[in-house]
Amino acid sequence: MQLDWTALGQVTAVSIGVTVAVVVVFALGVLGLAQLEGAREQHGRTSALGVTQATLCFLACAAVVAYGIFLIVPQFH
Amino acid sequence: MDHITFLVAVVIVTALAFDFTNGFHDTANAMATSIATGALAPRTAVLISGVLNVVGAFLSTEVAKTISGGIVDDTLVTPGMIFAGLVGAILWNLLTWLVGLPSSSSHALFGGLIGAVWVGAGSHGVNFGKVVEKVLVPAVASPVVAGLAALLATYLAYRLTDRARKDTVTKGFRIGQIASASLVSLAHGTNDAQKTMGVITLTLISAGALGHQAGPPLWVIASAGLAIGLGTYLGGWRIIRTMGKGLTEIQSPQGFAAETASTAVILTSAHLGFALSTTQVASGSILGAGLGRRLAEVRWGVAGRMAVAWLITLPAAALVGGLAASVVQSGGDLGTAVVALVGAALAAGIVVVSRRNPVHAHNVNDAHKVTIRTEPPAKVGTAA
Repeated sequence: MQLDWTALGQVTAVSIGVTVAVVVVFALGVLGLAQLEGAREQHGRTSALGVTQATLCFLACAAVVAYGIFLIVPQFH
Repeated sequence: MDHITFLVAVVIVTALAFDFTNGFHDTANAMATSIATGALAPRTAVLISGVLNVVGAFLSTEVAKTISGGIVDDTLVTPGMIFAGLVGAILWNLLTWLVGLPSSSSHALFGGLIGAVWVGAGSHGVNFGKVVEKVLVPAVASPVVAGLAALLATYLAYRLTDRARKDTVTKGFRIGQIASASLVSLAHGTNDAQKTMGVITLTLISAGALGHQAGPPLWVIASAGLAIGLGTYLGGWRIIRTMGKGLTEIQSPQGFAAETASTAVILTSAHLGFALSTTQVASGSILGAGLGRRLAEVRWGVAGRMAVAWLITLPAAALVGGLAASVVQSGGDLGTAVVALVGAALAAGIVVVSRRNPVHAHNVNDAHKVTIRTEPPAKVGTAA
């Protein structure tokens, strides 16, 4: 029996890194959305910053999901 | 089809039955938190999960080349042992479902096979080093890693969105949950359906119905995919309740963090060739997400009971598998029929007992406990 500590460490590091990154970016996207809705209610106009932030963040998350699907489906690689 | 003996036919049916309980048991891994937070309606959640499991089954071309990944000596395994091992795994899966405990279907399968091979071929047929390497280490490491990831992510998500409008935050993360839960389901389908396909294919090869190195025929892929999809769709509501409500009260940012952590751990370890249990990863993630939200209550009693279930899954399934193997070995076809009948009777019995206090799509979120007995009616004053 042989334990592959390097692989175990890699799994740990990559999993935690990816999870935290995705959730933080998604949270930032939600923040952008909240800003947008707040501005719409208070001033009756959209917040350009909010829209940009939300769009960029959600696009980044969508890219990660696409990569996830790529990893799951063997026909893609 | 003169190669398909009575025994082989029984093994195929039993393997599909196991596949069904596998899907049934594991719906919770992907969908429990989405159902608990209201991101998806219960029926919609199990439908999505079921369909993605079928899709996943058809996508996975890399079917297991060994039944157990080297845990037991495959050259010593007979169809009779496979049958006995499957019976052990099915019964354990149903029993843990009855008490609402998520336990690993893969561990149940390994346990059943280990028991059957031990009895059928002797202890040299079991590779204990591999058991530690492939079962024990991932079982300890994967929930811890997933839990840590979910804890950190949850903490940061709450810190970041602290001052933002609550309704937008809840809604936003709910939508995110649909994507993250779907990914878990798809990954599950590609992993778990192929275990059953591997078992059926190898049984057919050992019976001479398929050539060596043959891949699974289409009917094997289709039936395995449908069995796991149907099991997933019928939904193990008892386990969904425990994972979505029992461990901790989940809110949508926690659900998103937990599902993201599960997906990340499952995909990275699959990429690096680690075998692990989806169930344990998902449970670890949910626990981590519970701890990551300050003041969130984690019910350690439930977590403790789950940990005990994980510990005894393998030995318990091994015991039943071993018992079944001894009957099959001494009784031949008659013994096989007896084991099949007794197994079916026990399974039916468990289902009947579960009816006393059923958990289904309509009441899954109503409580956090799964009970077997019906609550005794409130005491009314008695006049002796």
